[in-house]
Amino acid sequence: MTDQVFQIKDASLKLDSNTGKVDILHGITLEIAQGETVAFTGPSGSGKSSLLMVMGGLEQATGGSVRALGQDLTTMSEDSLAKFRRGRMGIVFQSFHLIPTMTALENVATPLELDGAEDAFERAEAELHAVGLGHRLHHYPAQMSGGEQQRVALARASAPRPAILLADEPTGNLDSVNGAAIMDMLFDLRQKHGATLVLVTHADDLAARCDRVITLTDGRIV
Amino acid sequence: MSLRLASRFARREMRGGLRGFRLFLACLALGVAAIAAVGSVRSAIDGGLQREGAALLGGSAELEFTYRFANADERDWMNGQAVRLSEVVEFRSMAVVGEGMQADRALTQIKGVDDLYPLVGAMVLSPQMPLSQALANQDGVAGAVMERALSDRLGLSPGDTFKLGTKTFRLTAQIMREPDSAGSGFALGPRTLLRTDALDGAGLLSAGTLFHSKYRLLLPPGTDLDQIKAAAVARFQNSGMRWTDSRNGAPGVSRFVDRLSAFLVLVGLSGLAIGGVGVSAAVRSYLNGKTEVIAVLRALGADRATVFQTYFIQIGILSLLGVALGVILGAIAPLAVAPLISARLPIPAAFAIYPAPLAEAAIYGLLTAFSFTLWPLARSENIRAATLFRDAWDGAARFPAPRYVLVTGLSVAVLVALAGWFNGSWRLTAWTLGGIAGALLILTLAAALLRFLAQRATTFARGRPRLRWAITAIGGNNEASGAVVLSLGLGLSVLAAVGQIDGNLRRAISGNLPAVAPSYFFVDIQKDQIDGYTKRLTDDPAVSRVDSAPMLRGVVTKINDKPAKDVAGDHWVVRGDRGVTHAAAPDTDTVITAGKWWPADYDGPPLISFAAEEAEEIGLKLGDTLTINVLGRDITGTIASFQEVDFSTAGIGFILTMNPAALQGAPHTYISTVYAKPEAEAAILRDIASAYPNITAIRVRDAIDRVAAVLSGLAAATSYGAAATLLTGFLVLIGAAAAGADARRYEAALLKTLGASRRSIATSFLLRAGLLGLFAGAVALLAGILGGWAVSRFVMETRFEVVWPSALLIVLGGATASVLASLGFALNALNVRPAGVLRARE
Repeated sequence: MTDQVFQIKDASLKLDSNTGKVDILHGITLEIAQGETVAFTGPSGSGKSSLLMVMGGLEQATGGSVRALGQDLTTMSEDSLAKFRRGRMGIVFQSFHLIPTMTALENVATPLELDGAEDAFERAEAELHAVGLGHRLHHYPAQMSGGEQQRVALARASAPRPAILLADEPTGNLDSVNGAAIMDMLFDLRQKHGATLVLVTHADDLAARCDRVITLTDGRIV
Repeated sequence: MSLRLASRFARREMRGGLRGFRLFLACLALGVAAIAAVGSVRSAIDGGLQREGAALLGGSAELEFTYRFANADERDWMNGQAVRLSEVVEFRSMAVVGEGMQADRALTQIKGVDDLYPLVGAMVLSPQMPLSQALANQDGVAGAVMERALSDRLGLSPGDTFKLGTKTFRLTAQIMREPDSAGSGFALGPRTLLRTDALDGAGLLSAGTLFHSKYRLLLPPGTDLDQIKAAAVARFQNSGMRWTDSRNGAPGVSRFVDRLSAFLVLVGLSGLAIGGVGVSAAVRSYLNGKTEVIAVLRALGADRATVFQTYFIQIGILSLLGVALGVILGAIAPLAVAPLISARLPIPAAFAIYPAPLAEAAIYGLLTAFSFTLWPLARSENIRAATLFRDAWDGAARFPAPRYVLVTGLSVAVLVALAGWFNGSWRLTAWTLGGIAGALLILTLAAALLRFLAQRATTFARGRPRLRWAITAIGGNNEASGAVVLSLGLGLSVLAAVGQIDGNLRRAISGNLPAVAPSYFFVDIQKDQIDGYTKRLTDDPAVSRVDSAPMLRGVVTKINDKPAKDVAGDHWVVRGDRGVTHAAAPDTDTVITAGKWWPADYDGPPLISFAAEEAEEIGLKLGDTLTINVLGRDITGTIASFQEVDFSTAGIGFILTMNPAALQGAPHTYISTVYAKPEAEAAILRDIASAYPNITAIRVRDAIDRVAAVLSGLAAATSYGAAATLLTGFLVLIGAAAAGADARRYEAALLKTLGASRRSIATSFLLRAGLLGLFAGAVALLAGILGGWAVSRFVMETRFEVVWPSALLIVLGGATASVLASLGFALNALNVRPAGVLRARE
């Protein structure tokens, strides 16, 4: 068993578009160790988010190999990838992506329920208390501010105690005060649970808080 | 595990209420309600016929003979069974008012009754009086009562006299209600009712005259009808007796109602199919709105099955709700309008809640919902977590997994099989559902063609911005254009097909007749009258042709020594008595399709020439034997030839011709058709009726009017069904317009920002709706014409011509419906301020 959480070798990603195939990522080779914090930076369209998606199994590399926690993600089906993520990966999105028809508590409990946890709601409640939203358990996303929604998203990502936390510009839709608070919380949670954190950001100060900063341009690591 | 979790997710999703599902529920509920209502009315009529069976029949059971009264032995048997026995005789004749040149004549259906009539139920007369009083002999003149239609036609008022045959009768009252009228079936003339013994001396019931005697039995309570029927059939099996009992007192009506409602249920199914289009669109639109939620669930680890089940459960619950609403509506609506329906029905109806038709409608509804929602639901599986990072989900255009296509196909097959099984006519089901499937296919292809054409037509609209915006919108939005073409098109297709079929049927019956049809049918011409009759007509230069043939009535009781019904089922030829003739040689225009005619002097064992088409339907071959019961005597003959018999010319046509020797000794009369110039018709009728008062004349034009009246009732009923279909189509149309409302608002805001006036934008929106409607109408017309042609050509076997007035109405109706459906949403879009709309999009 290796202590490398991610082992990416010569990975590439090509996507279909109206005008033909578009190269998104080329020859990405990368290893990330357990407990490491890594920031992907680079200009818009450089492939940061796409690389994060490939690492989360939300997108499949069209070339090379992508191994996460020892599993080759490139050979897995959509369903296998979904099941693989359960309890192992928590993802935070820039646009929060909470389920609007579910309360904060239900949103956080969902990955736990999918993982078959019997105490999903108790754990979800504790997690929301931990991010300071104990008073918002039964509120719907539309009844919360952006900062609160992102805290729910953080709680949802960390509740199953995943080995990997992926965050795609988690402060991109927040003001600076809320953004800073979210980042503090993200790093606290990571530290508390010992997860590997990979985040995409445009903010240099945020990137500076990570163990390693990887810059991408035109789909390549520079 | 996945199902439990999915139902939890589904419950959470549904807490938001039914927003976005009103169209779904309305489409399903309306389709189910229409079918449930038709079924409920049918059950109400069946229930009424059953409850009032004895009154409709005029007794607990009836034994009917043709051409003769029951003999003493038969009467003894009937008297032995019944508490009371009543005899009724029915036949056609002419009622005559006045004398000589001034005489006025009308065809009437005469019913002769005895003292006991009616055994069950009551006769209602105007002025009110007991029937015995109305029919009593007064000053040597027997009393009679008539239906108002006949007394009005002859200008008779109570107290006036008229003649039947050679005898005078006095009209004493008009018939307001005749309890057993529905049991007599379709009649060409209105009723005259009198005492049978009063007919003595009228010269109407001579040997060979076509009449039916009916013996109504009032049986002791608790009589086993099956047992007594079996006894009667065994005893009278060779006497041409027909049995009817109170369990189905009006078999003709019952059969007619069953057929009509089976057809209306199928029309209702086409409404449900349109509802299915709306249901499918609603589910697609709902799932489009749920793309992000599904992608999030996938990102959180939900597998395909969990996602599919989550939405399947929601749609399943909504389908159950829609079907339940439809069932409730379909059960209540007939009850609410029961007095209205009862008033228009000539038969009793027992309105109540009948579970069977409601269950049938519910099954149709659930299967339709399943068939139409599985496809869009299956596509939810294709939504990937990566969608969260991209604008559109790339699974939108993907074909669902083969298992879903297979299950959808199976579900449709079950629906078709159930429809056939429920209504009992596979042929009708295949035609109707095949028509719907064909129309759906044509419309789907047409929608794709429209988009293709619109994309290429934009260059022609340069310089005409309003038209260009409209055309671009049609070409650019496949789903919206497709929904309009499908929903409106399918509704209009049904209406167009009904219009074309109805128009052609009417034309086939009345339009082409003058060229081929005779002016009169004369029946009951006695042997000693035929020469004088023929001379009067052949001497008349206005008469172009006279065809006469001997006629008897006979019942086909056996085919190849087996009971006819076992071989031919419910074929009309073996149902009741049929005209039989004899001829030494075939007519000059007879076409023999197989076998050979007998020699002119043939007097061997009986031979038969049978109508070719009917023989094929029944499965008869040359050499088969048929046993015909004529006047209680069985005659078994061998089929020697088949001939073409064309009933559509309204000329003389016999299903069965025998060699003369086979029918020797059987009393018979002649039937004759006369082809004459219209201006000579009145004189012919006057002369024949004066010289031979017993002869009955049936004016072909009047008979056709009578049939046409029945047909227009049928067409009206079908049109109501088609209107319900169109209403569903309109609902789907409104749904499609509502689904595009946001896009319209955004479009209007953008166009305003670019400087377009509200008027220009409104014109463009209306042009778009109008063009779509016109196109849908035109395609529907094509589909309707195709359907109408197929039904005319293959089912009714008549010539087909496009009925243009109805066709043009369909196309214009399409445009109007489309414009009306989009109007409200278009106006709303015009009234919004651009800033608000554009900010909300950022």
